[in-house]
Amino acid sequence: MKYLDEFRDGRASQSLLEKIRQRVTRPWVLMDVCGGQTHSLVRYGIERELAGQVELIHGPGCPVCVTSTELIDFAVALAMQPDTIVASFGDMIRVPGSDQSLMQARSCGGRLKIVYTPIDAIALAQRNPDSQIVFLAVGFETTTPSTALAVLQATQLGLQNFSIVPAHVRVLPAMETIMQLPENRVEGFLAAGHVCSITGYDVYESFVAKHRVPVVVTGFEPVDLLEGILQAVTLLEAGKAVIENRYSRNVQRHGNPNAQALIDRVYEIDDRDWRGFGTISGGGYRLRDEYAQMDACRKFARLLPPSARKDSECRGADVMSGKIKPKQCPAFGKTCSPESPLGAPMVSSEGACAAYYRFDPITIEARQ
Amino acid sequence: MCLGIPGKIVRWINHDPTFAKAEIEFAGVRREIHMACVPEASVGDYVVVHAGIAICILDEAEAAKTLADLKSIEELSDEIP
Ligand code: SF4
Repeated sequence: MKYLDEFRDGRASQSLLEKIRQRVTRPWVLMDVCGGQTHSLVRYGIERELAGQVELIHGPGCPVCVTSTELIDFAVALAMQPDTIVASFGDMIRVPGSDQSLMQARSCGGRLKIVYTPIDAIALAQRNPDSQIVFLAVGFETTTPSTALAVLQATQLGLQNFSIVPAHVRVLPAMETIMQLPENRVEGFLAAGHVCSITGYDVYESFVAKHRVPVVVTGFEPVDLLEGILQAVTLLEAGKAVIENRYSRNVQRHGNPNAQALIDRVYEIDDRDWRGFGTISGGGYRLRDEYAQMDACRKFARLLPPSARKDSECRGADVMSGKIKPKQCPAFGKTCSPESPLGAPMVSSEGACAAYYRFDPITIEARQ
Repeated sequence: MCLGIPGKIVRWINHDPTFAKAEIEFAGVRREIHMACVPEASVGDYVVVHAGIAICILDEAEAAKTLADLKSIEELSDEIP
């Protein structure tokens, strides 16, 4: 296939490997951020070839792996609802929740449809007007435009039976988190090529300056990866911490403005729970309020596992840290009440939200 | 998960801002792909397709440059005994 095969060329790979070996004067530790790259590095034996010279640490680059257990549980609960079909990318269906994966839910009568693109879930919603179609929207910035487009299309089509579980994650805040881990050993990064096709690489400039580590944007084929490693090693040997683009056929400095506009129209940046990392500030996206009716976490909030409810509109953390009063939470008394709580402070009878709900005169009056 | 496949635009189907589509060829197989993120692409251009939508236009001049650089690396390593 054109623009794939040339970048899998064995002879070119050999030359690059030799060049890397010549350049290295001490072992270096690089992190590849994207799971697709990890796959290639292992599949083409690159990390084995470079053992002892370049250690490759595989970052959190698999959106499937970092999706929280709670969101899987939520998807499972949705699939088990009558008249509800969960649509998902194939890679999500085996990920275990606390009890079941989506696959197991299906064998227990849950309804699940694997789609190749989120837009297929729209056709599914049109074909099944009596069912609720919920798309499990996972992925990095690479995938976010496709689900944003699905939301826009569904809105324009006026679909009432389509929603998504917004579970998209953002790469750069995760890299920040990694750099701040006390045990961090990463000396340079291979940045995820297709994420950068969307975001551009200028977004890494302050990261590079702050942490004094080189970042090299790389593609997915062995030649692309080796070029990226060669460049990273060259920068490390020269003591330079800069951002460089070695995937120039698919990545431009400012990324794809159309795709960014699409994301921005539908989503806003939000904190997100990363499986294995905890909550990462700015680590994901949530749907904008205009699209609240497409947000399965709000539409089916009653099915959210209690611990996942923080992924919804619950401002429980802000309430408990004293940042806001319960009544300042947009959900308070509307979608959140002791009968159907969205967060812990409304569940517990000692919780601040429940207390306000029960005892605040203005709230009581508004209810009557 | 973030994989993207390069394919060539055979024809535009429509140019609607939200529902834009084109026919894209991947190694002889043709598929309809959503084009909202690359409205400026022309027939004959290569685009990278991920999850059913084109995420960027492939810059063929940059690809040629990378491949030319590689050639010189190969030749250089051929010269080293
Ligand atoms: S009112 Fe409900 S949603 Fe708002 S912070 Fe309290 S518990 Fe969370």
